[in-house]
Parts: sequence; structure tokens; C-alpha cells
Amino acid sequence: MKFAHLIWCNLKRKKLRTFLTLLSILVAFVLFGMLMAIKQALSGGVQLAGADRLMVRDKVSIIQFLPVSYKARMERIPGVALATHQTWFGGVYQDPKNFFMQNPVIPGEFLEMHPEFILPPEQKKAWLQTRTGAIVGRKTADRFHWKIGGKVPIKSAIFPKDGGDGVWVFDIVGIFEGREKGTDTTPMFFRYDYFDEARSSWAKGQVGWYTIRVQDPAKAAEIAKRVDQEFANSSSETKTEPEGAFLQGWASQICNITLIVSSILGAVFFTMLLVSGNTMSQSVRERTGELGVQKAIGFTNAQIVSLVLAESCLLTTLGAVLGLGLAWMLTSRGDPTGGLLPLFYLPVPDLFIGLGISLVLGVATGFFPALGAMRLRVADALRRM
Amino acid sequence: MSESQTTDGALVRVERVEKVFHRGSEDIHVLSDLSLEVPAREFLALMGPSGSGKSTLLNLIGGLDRPTKGTVTVGGERVDELSDRELAHWRARHVGFIFQLYNLMPVLNAEQNVELPLLLTHLSKAERREHVRAALDVVGLSNRAKHFPRTLSGGEQQRVGIARGIVTDPTILLCDEPTGDLDRKAGDGILDLLQALNREHGKTIIMVTHDPHASKRAARTVYLDKGQLGNEPLQ
Repeated sequence: MKFAHLIWCNLKRKKLRTFLTLLSILVAFVLFGMLMAIKQALSGGVQLAGADRLMVRDKVSIIQFLPVSYKARMERIPGVALATHQTWFGGVYQDPKNFFMQNPVIPGEFLEMHPEFILPPEQKKAWLQTRTGAIVGRKTADRFHWKIGGKVPIKSAIFPKDGGDGVWVFDIVGIFEGREKGTDTTPMFFRYDYFDEARSSWAKGQVGWYTIRVQDPAKAAEIAKRVDQEFANSSSETKTEPEGAFLQGWASQICNITLIVSSILGAVFFTMLLVSGNTMSQSVRERTGELGVQKAIGFTNAQIVSLVLAESCLLTTLGAVLGLGLAWMLTSRGDPTGGLLPLFYLPVPDLFIGLGISLVLGVATGFFPALGAMRLRVADALRRM
Repeated sequence: MSESQTTDGALVRVERVEKVFHRGSEDIHVLSDLSLEVPAREFLALMGPSGSGKSTLLNLIGGLDRPTKGTVTVGGERVDELSDRELAHWRARHVGFIFQLYNLMPVLNAEQNVELPLLLTHLSKAERREHVRAALDVVGLSNRAKHFPRTLSGGEQQRVGIARGIVTDPTILLCDEPTGDLDRKAGDGILDLLQALNREHGKTIIMVTHDPHASKRAARTVYLDKGQLGNEPLQ
């Protein structure tokens, strides 16, 4: 600690150069934070997927429907504890930009299948008693200022309501919270019986996909195979996979986010390595004589190396802390797309990963200047003063 | 080391030292079979023309460089046999350097510059502050403690350099042209200070200079030319 002042003073030696380097590191870490938030948004559901849940969809495409009659057949398969279905409703509230997920479900089964959604008991009771009832996640409720007891009109491009203007009106009977921070609280769920009765006749008895809970997660692969065998050679063959893989596949339809994030960050941090490395090299080269003096008065090579590395690590860590702080502030405002990235936030572990990267960057940029300072012969250095 | 001497009473003993620098394929013999003894508490002036090897000899005595041949013993310790790490620790404990161009850290103020060698000790912050204050008192710069080198005159900067050199209370002070960059008046002030450190504080001082006026302040002057020592200037 007694050397802290010396390190800090050396960093302030060329204020403009240090400021510009710091700014470039800051920008790099803001970018890191934003990309991590996007990655979280696109793949966060995969991490939270239930290990005991399988997703069953049409073998050809998720947009193909499956018969509602499959439910009973699935529940008869050994190892299946519960099967329930959802259907992509694709509605908007008032304006096309107010898009979010709304799915018809069977309330009791749905809540049993998804314990990650927390709904107070009295609200659950109200939902079971209200055919037009819907529950909505906290984020969307806050976004549109919806309250329990309110009526909300939703217009679906896929399922216009039979008769009238095609607009569905739901009674908000519950607002659910997420059990974990990453739980998506943007969707709305309403009753399948109301939906199936009121939708156009062309799609009655059809659902989007099934979710199965298996009794033993270790046998999930085996059960998935049995499910697909059950519906083989039928008009709607199925593809069954773990929920995590299903969500991963869903995210992969958009892009290979991990590859994109890694590529961008690789390029950014490599550039940072050059920028910071150049700053440190210049800084050390400029004070060759001073390093000679420090060595003359008794600083050991190890101390000189430590001082240079501490300086480079301080520079990169300071930039990282400021950059990650700014990224945290920006991402804490929530989904910037208005509904497309409901899980958009910067996870705390990524903050620590960022700090770790900054330390690696600090050591890497300070390594060669430190090595040069260490190898400096005192008598030669003093001559350059 | 404080004041420990060799068996015959010399604090510094340089024996049959040879120093050769290699520049490309060329060998440059700077010091040849040179011997020198400096008793404790002596103020020795080392004179000679440029390139005569004065600074090289000072570097060997101060443990900044190693001889090609021969031995350098200071306070009974074979300096030429110490490792780099041991040399650094040895210098921190036993040697105070005073340079021609002061060599202060421009980013540190006067008291921070003086404190620099104390950062290598186990002294507490309060103790370091006390030592710094005492050293600045000795050189008469207590009132300029917070000033940065760029705001000090050459003479004042050299006083800060001397304070830095004596703050750890080393037994030997090695001065490389301490007045070489100062006008006569400021130079005299520095020489007065060095004399006082030698006479009143018992510091052993070896001062490299090519200024006869400065060498007169020393108790003894030796002359170095073409790598050889003498008691009179070589013609």
C-alpha cells in the first residue's frame, strides 16, 4: 500500500494520454457489458431451463400445430409425470410495437409445470374461476400500468377471435413474479378453454407444443425417444428434446450468439491490448532514468516489475470498473427493444468475468515493459536521465 | 554496516580492479589494476578528465556495477560478490547517491522524493514522515517540502537530492559531480552542506568532480586518468 501513491503519480504523469487510454478501455468494457446482456437475453432461458422438462414440438417445425389429443397419450407413457401444452398467440396490445408473449395454457397444470412463476394463491384461485382471466408477468404489468381487475384488449394476427373485430379482451386476475432474477416476467398466460372455444374453427383442437415433466431427469433422453416413437408415422410426428436444448435451438434461429460475442470481444480486447500496451511501453520508456534512480537507491528488480505491473493493472481495472459500471447502469434500464429481449440484463458473474479480463489485460500489457524495466542496467539507465 | 571497517581500518577497499566494457567487437579498458582505500569518515574527492573512469569507479563502489577483475569491499562486505537482489538491499541500507542532475522524480514533491528510499524500509508512515522532516531540516528545505522539482531552483533540487541520499542514514555518500550543473554560489552551498555532513554527522563521502574548486573542500583528492589513480594530476 505504501507504493500506491507512487503508482498513482506515475499513472497521472501524462494526464491526456492516460485519460484517452482509460476512455478506450472504458468503451471496450461498456461494449463487453452490453454484449453480455444481449447474450443473456438470447440464451438466458437455456440456463434456467428445467432439467426435468422436455419440449415436444412438431417434427417439421415449431410453427406446425400438434393435436390436443396427444396430451392423454403422452401422460400414459411410463416415466411421464405431467404433460401440458402452450400455443403461440402472437398478439399485440393497442399498437404493433407493444409486442410480448401471450400463450393460452391450462392454468393448474401450467403453474404446476412452471414453479419459476410465483403467483399468490388468491390470484391463482381467481384465475381458475374466471374463463376470460389472464395472468401477466410483473415487467409487462409495470410496462403498461396494468392492475388486477383491469380489462386488456389483445389483437392476434394468428388467431382472430371468432366474430366481432377479432380483438380478445382478457381480465387481469393475477400478476406473477419470477423466482430468480433471470426468470422472464414479460409473458401473459390465459386459459386454453376460453381460447379454444372462441377462436376460429380452422384451428380448434390444435396446440403449439407440449411440455413434459419426467419423473427421473436421468431418464429424460430415453423418455424423449419413447414420446417420438409413440407418434411416429402419424400425421403429426414429434420431436422431443430437453427444454434447454429447445430454447438453445430457438436462440440459434436468431444467431450463434456465443460465436458473435466471442468474436467481437476478441477483436475489441486484442485492440485494447495494443492500445494499453503502447501506453505502458511509452510510459516506461520515458522514465528509464527514473527507474535507474529507483534501482540505485535500492528497489529490487522484483519491486520494479511489481510497480510496472501494478500500474498497468490499475489502468485497465479502473477502465473496466468505470465501463462495467456504465454498462450496468445502461442495462438496468431493461429491455431496450420494447419486448424482443425480455431477459436483457447484465448478470453479476459477468461483472466478475469482466474484472478478471481487465486483470489479465493489465498483466499482458505490463509484461513486456516490466521485463524491459527489470533488465535495465542501473549505470546505463542513469546515463539516460 | 554502520561504520564497520576492514581489518586495517579502511571503510572502502578497492583492490586490483579492472573494468572492461565491450562495445561490439571492441574491448574498452576503463579501469586497469586500480586499488584505492577510503577510511571511514573521510571526505574524498575523485578528480580526472572526462572519460577517465571516475563515474565507473563510483558505480563499482556503490554496487551499481561489477568489476571485470579485482575486488570491492565496503564495510567488510565483498560488494562484487553480491547477487543483484542482495546488491539492491545493500544499496538501500548503506549507500546514499547524489547525482549531477539531481535525478528527482518529477511526479513527486520534495518530501515524497526524500521519502522514496524509506519506502523500502519497515518504518511506519509516521516514522517515515519524521525522518523526511529531519533530512529536509538538515538541508534547509523544510519550508519547500510540498514543492515539486519543477518549481525548485537547481540548488534546491540538489538539496532535495542530498536529503534523499541521507534520509536512510547511510554510512557512505557517493556524489557524482554534485555541483556540475550549478552556478558557483549554489555549488558552494552544496559543498558547504557536504562538508557539514562529513564533519558534523561523520558521513564518509566520495565525490567525483572535475572542478578543482570543489575538490578543495575534500580532505583528500585522488586523480584518475586512463584508468590509473595518482595523488597528483597526470600531465
